[in-house]
Amino acid sequence: MLGLLSRRPPFVQVVPLSGRYIPKPGDTVIGTVTDVQGTFWLLDIGAPRWAPLHMTGTPWDVEVGETDRYLRVRDAVIVQVENLDPTGRIGVTMNGEGLGKLEGGTIVSISPARVPRVVGRGGSMIQTITRHTGAHIAVGQNGRVWVDGTPEAIRRVTEALRIIDAEGQRPGLTDRVESLLVSTAPTDRSGPVSPQRESEYRDAAVPPTPHHPVHEDGEEEPDEGDASDGEGSGEGPF
Amino acid sequence: MSEEVSAEILTTHILDLAAEGKRLDGRGPDEYRSVSIEPGFVATADGSALARIGDTAVLCGIKLEPGKPFPDTPNAGVLTTNAELVPLSSPVFEPGPPQPGAIEVSRVVDRAIRAAETIDLTRLCVTPSEKSWVCYVDMHALGHAGNLIDTALLSAVSALAHATVPAKRFEVAEADYPLEVRHFPIECTFVRLGDTIAVDPTFDEERAAQGRLTVATDETGQIVAMQKGLVGAFSPDDVKDVARRAFVHGDRLRGLARGGGSA
Amino acid sequence: MGSVGAKEVPVLLSPEGLRIDGRRLDELRPIRIQAGALRQADGSAFVEWGANKVMAAVYGPREVHPRHLQQNNKAVIQCRYNMAAFSVDERKRPGLDRRSQEISKVIAEAFESVVFAEEFPRTSIDVYIEVLQANAGTRCAGLVAASVALADAGIPMVDLLPAVAVGKVGGAIALDLKKEEDNFGEADLPMALVPQSGRLVLLQMEGHMSPEELAQSLDLGVRGCREIYEKMKQALRERYALTPAAGGAA
Repeated sequence: MLGLLSRRPPFVQVVPLSGRYIPKPGDTVIGTVTDVQGTFWLLDIGAPRWAPLHMTGTPWDVEVGETDRYLRVRDAVIVQVENLDPTGRIGVTMNGEGLGKLEGGTIVSISPARVPRVVGRGGSMIQTITRHTGAHIAVGQNGRVWVDGTPEAIRRVTEALRIIDAEGQRPGLTDRVESLLVSTAPTDRSGPVSPQRESEYRDAAVPPTPHHPVHEDGEEEPDEGDASDGEGSGEGPF
Repeated sequence: MSEEVSAEILTTHILDLAAEGKRLDGRGPDEYRSVSIEPGFVATADGSALARIGDTAVLCGIKLEPGKPFPDTPNAGVLTTNAELVPLSSPVFEPGPPQPGAIEVSRVVDRAIRAAETIDLTRLCVTPSEKSWVCYVDMHALGHAGNLIDTALLSAVSALAHATVPAKRFEVAEADYPLEVRHFPIECTFVRLGDTIAVDPTFDEERAAQGRLTVATDETGQIVAMQKGLVGAFSPDDVKDVARRAFVHGDRLRGLARGGGSA
Repeated sequence: MGSVGAKEVPVLLSPEGLRIDGRRLDELRPIRIQAGALRQADGSAFVEWGANKVMAAVYGPREVHPRHLQQNNKAVIQCRYNMAAFSVDERKRPGLDRRSQEISKVIAEAFESVVFAEEFPRTSIDVYIEVLQANAGTRCAGLVAASVALADAGIPMVDLLPAVAVGKVGGAIALDLKKEEDNFGEADLPMALVPQSGRLVLLQMEGHMSPEELAQSLDLGVRGCREIYEKMKQALRERYALTPAAGGAA
């Protein structure tokens, strides 16, 4: 298995560097409704299994059989992982600050292993991106990022996220993202977006407290100096 | 990674962008992703090419074997086209017998190759009614990030252009000789995103699309095959516009199909 | 080759003990492993091994399709080893033949021996192997590619699974036969090793070998696997830009 490893015979303990999202209680995640049942919805959160969201786990007063009045297939939501049972069932809730149905904006998917890098130490990376673009961003621990703002802002955030996703292990990431954001800034106003401009878009969405849910994880960001230089992928024929 | 269902807000965003003439990856409505072709990828084939458009990749291998002409075309060889959309290439493809999607790719590519008279099938006849070459065009999807049809035909035409008839190996002639390609059909696929018609759709754009239209052109200025797919509709004016654009892209991509390389 | 009649047995071993491609009896063909070759997959690898070209992708752990295969206490590991029609000299009909189905089964079982499947009950880990160009030893090349792809997908495992075939050429036990040797060889013994435990989780054999030759073959195969193991770890380090000091793959 792959990851940063510590050997504790007979097993090997690792922190995965890749792969699907493995849920942990307390994680804030972004999901898509894949199925609607009488008392619950099934969410694709990029985890090994679909996660049931029970009607009691919402801020709404849902009647049995009326679940589809609130959420339908392909609706996007931001929820929290509540519990995991030994059968692999992932319980999620929509009750909590910043949780709810996502309206407007779009979802960008990155590797879950890159989430700490997207957030940055103490939230530094996400703040940099927000400052330069004026976009609203909510980062799910599952590697799904909700971005809202002008189409131009969303595009610039997407580009920044792509860089972090592709080059997350290489040093100097913050500088590269920052220079990208500067270079892609609209010509009519270089530099950060003015506060008024930012608030224009705030009304567009039900803002699930942008990027707050994930700040604490920024601490896990590995030291940039740890990684060796050099491109890991994109060398061979594939 | 592609999800099994894409969020409605992603679709809406794609359509909102399209209304402004923009796309998720920063392209304009009339831009292809990067295209590359690597001929000769597989040594076990009589001709092969790996074609990529963005993260979509199709590997085509040509195999020629002696066989029998069809009774209704006693003077012609046999051309067989097959696309394998193997589950390795996308989370949405399942193991098992070919799905309608794979059959559509095979047939749309096959129509373009046949109608353009890409290869002269009479040259593949050895003895009328008795012996002819069977030319297998096998396309293997290695990555599906949208627009499989265009990628598949690029791989097929390039593989044909670089193929050798194994005449010596099968003791049909003294020496092997190149399989001559006479015409170079290129398919260009467009999707409707609201009022915008965008070329070379990505996987997410295909899911958001309100109709897909493929036009195959050849280098003589002829349209040789078309296919409308997905749910949605095009006006006759849309179709004319798409055909015009297909020639422009087709001419550019034809150079790659002939020689290989990237653009 | 193809429909051409059988040819005379070529000289497979020179008086100096060198094989037709100049290798020694205990020498592997050149191997190149690229971890992370496909963006759509959860994990992937491309392996060029001699004249073999093999791609592997892993999807999962994910919901099980078809549902009746679901296991309540662990992940089900489903493997599909498939050869492209053009991967061999004589065109192969597309789809899984009996050989491919058998190989898929023994590879899946090899991985079941090392994957911590109980961590993901009621899910499926789907391992897909596509042979694009074949030149003997494709099941071992496929297994190596799939093992790296599983690691790339972050699937917890006891260890990576290096694999290699041992055979006989010109009466001598030889490592990693290429096609010409395999066609005229007297035995073929593919195996996959768990390096940590030193145990074999894939083992097949066809041909003629004395018990002494078998013992010699197993020793040679295990040594070959350990060599391949290093290449597999190196491919993963390159993918994740890890220096050996900063971390590694187990």
